[in-house]
Amino acid sequence: MPIKVLVAKPGLDGHDRGAKVLARSLRDAGMEVVYTGLHQTPEMIVNAAIQEDVDVVGVSILSGAHMTVFPKIMELMKEREVDDIVVLGGGVIQEDDVPKLKAIGVREIFNAEASTEDLIRGIERIVAEYGRDRSRREAAGSSDSTQAGAR
Amino acid sequence: MIAYRVHRDLARAISGVENGIVEFPAALAALRAQGHGPSAHRAAVVGITGPPGAGKSTLVDRLIEGFRAEGDSVAVIAVDPSSPFTRGAVLGDRVRMQRHAGDANVYIRSMASRTSGGGLAPATRDAVRLAEASGFDIVIVETVGVGQVELEIVAVADLIVVVTVPALGDGVQAIKAGLTEIADIFVVNMADRPGANRTAIDLKHMVRESHREIPVLQTIAQDGSGVSELLTAIVAKRADDDGNAVRAVRFEVVRQARDRAVAAALAALESPDAVAVLERLRDHAITRNDAIDALMRILGGPVHAY
Repeated sequence: MPIKVLVAKPGLDGHDRGAKVLARSLRDAGMEVVYTGLHQTPEMIVNAAIQEDVDVVGVSILSGAHMTVFPKIMELMKEREVDDIVVLGGGVIQEDDVPKLKAIGVREIFNAEASTEDLIRGIERIVAEYGRDRSRREAAGSSDSTQAGAR
Repeated sequence: MIAYRVHRDLARAISGVENGIVEFPAALAALRAQGHGPSAHRAAVVGITGPPGAGKSTLVDRLIEGFRAEGDSVAVIAVDPSSPFTRGAVLGDRVRMQRHAGDANVYIRSMASRTSGGGLAPATRDAVRLAEASGFDIVIVETVGVGQVELEIVAVADLIVVVTVPALGDGVQAIKAGLTEIADIFVVNMADRPGANRTAIDLKHMVRESHREIPVLQTIAQDGSGVSELLTAIVAKRADDDGNAVRAVRFEVVRQARDRAVAAALAALESPDAVAVLERLRDHAITRNDAIDALMRILGGPVHAY
């Protein structure tokens, strides 16, 4: 089954040419890529990741807002009990911030020098070692019988 | 009210079925066990289909808005094409619907068409039923951009809206053959463009010839013009949904029969007898037509003369 990836572009970045090129490259590598457009809030990104049940959320930030956006995303994913979905970061992110982001659960950071090939191989490797086991997640979902708020 | 937890459980149920990890009945039972949605709940399933670039996603966005204003919860299953070469897909229909992303009563799921050539994905039908079982009032299914032959939506939707645009080459021609037979409502979208009235008139002529009651409406999905009339037409059609059940069941039986026949043919081609025939073809001992005849005999089906 194909790897399903959400390509997310949060905040005020003005164009999404790079994200679209990335989406097409991942498609050409055989992945199913959900693309959501510009100006995504962390809430929108997490909701889309949940509804689409993706394996990987790739967040691309060029605006320098990563230290506010990523903590919010990770917090929401924990809150909604979907922190088993892999989160990757890309774009312009200072070396100093990488360990901080990894500490809050961002699995890997691909900086601006990383090639599309690096990213594709990275996603495949990470999913192979971590994210692919949907049956496990399936089982976790059904054994959890909390019904709070169910209609 | 739909809880956010439902989104996660529904999403995982759909993936399970889509990826062949769980069978549909088990996925449905798991959702029920999680207590989502009343068991006798019946959703209205609205299909949106039409050629690529007709504005289907933008129209769906408007329909979500309209149904939400009536207090209905809405699930959307939006299908985009998979590359037949890499199996990859870019699923971009959400882009037009993002303003509903924070509404717990709206669930949007993109699906890649994968192996299906009928305008939907193999698991779309199951996804619709899982969304229904999760308690959504309305399920909107958006097909890939279709031409004349991708009609699987018939088996899935209670009601089908065929969307076209003015002067699409010959806009009416593009949707003439198959889609007109399945349309319950025609929409000429982008109605502010030249030729919209002409396209609508052509469609009305066609409708008259078909002896069916099919409204022909004009919308501008971009600014919402005409959408309330479309919603009214959908609600009116919902009230008299008699013939569609028969049509849907007939179509689905044919589809399943065809799937079964294809599976049987593929299995038969693996049999030692068939492999031997193909060996002889490879060795140029028999012609292609001889090989087809021999293989069809192995399959036990009728032999076509070529």
